[in-house]
Amino acid sequence: MTETALNRGKTDNLKDTKQYSLSDRIFNFVVYSFSFIFLLITVYPIYFVVIASFSDPYAVSGGKVWFLPYDFTLDGYKELLKHSEIWRGYWNTILYTITGAFVGLAVNIPAAYALSRKDLVGRKFIMLLFIFTMYFNGGLIPTFLTIKEFGLYDNFWVMVLPFSVSVYNIIVARTFFTSSISEDLWDAAQIDGCGNLRYFFRIVLPLSKAILSVIGLWIAVGQWNSYFNALIYIKNAKLYPLQLILRDILIINNVQSALGTGEAAQIALRLANLMRYSIIIVSTVPIMIFYPFVQKYFNHGVMVGAVKG
Amino acid sequence: MKTVIHASLSSGNTLRRIRRNWGLYLLLLPSVVLVLCFAYKPMYGIIIAFKDFKPALGITGSPWADPWYKYFLKFFKSYQFKTTITNTILINLYSLAVNFPLPIIMALLINQMQAKRFKRVFQTITYMPHFISTVVMVGLILIFLSPGSGLLGNIYKLFGMEAPNLMGKAKAFTSIYVWTDAWQHTGWDSIIYIAALSTVDVCLYEAATIDGASKWQKLFYIDIPMLIPTAVILLIMRVGNLMSLGFEKVYLMQNNLNLSASEVIATYVYKIGINSAQYSYSAAINMFNTIINFLLLICVNQISKRVSENSLW
Repeated sequence: MTETALNRGKTDNLKDTKQYSLSDRIFNFVVYSFSFIFLLITVYPIYFVVIASFSDPYAVSGGKVWFLPYDFTLDGYKELLKHSEIWRGYWNTILYTITGAFVGLAVNIPAAYALSRKDLVGRKFIMLLFIFTMYFNGGLIPTFLTIKEFGLYDNFWVMVLPFSVSVYNIIVARTFFTSSISEDLWDAAQIDGCGNLRYFFRIVLPLSKAILSVIGLWIAVGQWNSYFNALIYIKNAKLYPLQLILRDILIINNVQSALGTGEAAQIALRLANLMRYSIIIVSTVPIMIFYPFVQKYFNHGVMVGAVKG
Repeated sequence: MKTVIHASLSSGNTLRRIRRNWGLYLLLLPSVVLVLCFAYKPMYGIIIAFKDFKPALGITGSPWADPWYKYFLKFFKSYQFKTTITNTILINLYSLAVNFPLPIIMALLINQMQAKRFKRVFQTITYMPHFISTVVMVGLILIFLSPGSGLLGNIYKLFGMEAPNLMGKAKAFTSIYVWTDAWQHTGWDSIIYIAALSTVDVCLYEAATIDGASKWQKLFYIDIPMLIPTAVILLIMRVGNLMSLGFEKVYLMQNNLNLSASEVIATYVYKIGINSAQYSYSAAINMFNTIINFLLLICVNQISKRVSENSLW
């Protein structure tokens, strides 16, 4: 990839000595104007939420907030602090995310390695067993009944264990192992009397930090953002992840808030409106600040997965 | 399992290979057990679609439905049949028409950027919305589109007009769904095409430059043809999923006013199954959907195999 980029840089330098033709100049103009439009459409809504969370809600609904916060206030964030269920949800989500990432790695990575080995008897059959589940499944109710049967309903572990196998992740990791870990290494280790397990834990894993971080982060982001499993399998509000609490505040209450009248209701409505912006910020920022640091890994990971599995 | 046994009979060598690699099977054990328990065991549970399932009697103990296709018939006859299927297909087709070409266009655009810094910033920013959760995304949509206090309302006010309540309009539902999806995922979905473009041999561009090709010509005769194999694979996967629509976003965007456009198979299965506990009926609807989907995938893959050389398997 870097080589291609370098080469392309070279050809561009060559071209720079020449004049751009008119059609090429129009081309560049089209490219950059479209890019700016795309950028603006992407950035502005996010930027608006940020400034609205610091502005007086009346100014927001009155159409006075466009480019900068208006009547700067931290009331929305202060209001968040009073809601203990939000922080319990936050804490639960952190637990689900960390446990989920560890369980997911522990389940998917060893399987991916085993399936990357050509001398594994039954490799094709086991792969088929996995891939079939990508296109066919029991459906909501049979799965629901199975979860109940295993006693996982309304249980912490339902969020991290039953659905931790990700065939897509296995394929991505398997492709990594086949392309990046040389078979000669295994041959050499074998001659030295090293068994499969020791080879995997002592040699393969330390060489696979890139894929471990990519897959670990994918799982973590998925866990942080998911609400479906909790909606179906969690009844106890003490186990609610942040996303279910957010659903109450952002979506369900949104409908009800239109009903109140009177001064007290007005104040409550004002805070509720403001809190909606601040809670979006507070719940989304952890992932947003995390992700530019790992972006190069993400790209790499998707690229590896782009190779047909 | 049959293949394994068969292979081992044909040569003692295979048996030795299995025994020697016992460690690998141990590595596979957790995932295989989980898949059998939570993916294959529910597949057995599908038979409740043909039974009058009673939780107390269990799956095996419940009596067979009479006739066995009772619940399928019930769905075909129900007034929701046409609505849910039309909505599911309509939203998917609309989404296909918008969200399939957009990432390709964006990848071509990114590929043309020569300013490296700008390119990186552009990518970082356009990927970002992908990380917003569905709940927050729908929350954003509700806030922005709220006629009284949202951004849309404010824009209308600038021009002295009253904003329509878009979330309450059934007609607007599909467009809102599809275009907000485009906002959220176009950047991220373009990654795979950018990867495909980065494998293009630079010699091609150099040769084209020497031959005097313009940038437009390079775009149409090098970049776009290079993306076709990747695009075909992704198209197969999308068409194969034409009847399956993510539950999460539709369900959150639903309200009583837009229900006629927003009730899809997945949300109906959820309501019948989880909310009103009609397990057999819900399983039957779900099974019908899964089978159609599966057949669709096989057909599209077969067609693509004939027409081009691209196929999933």
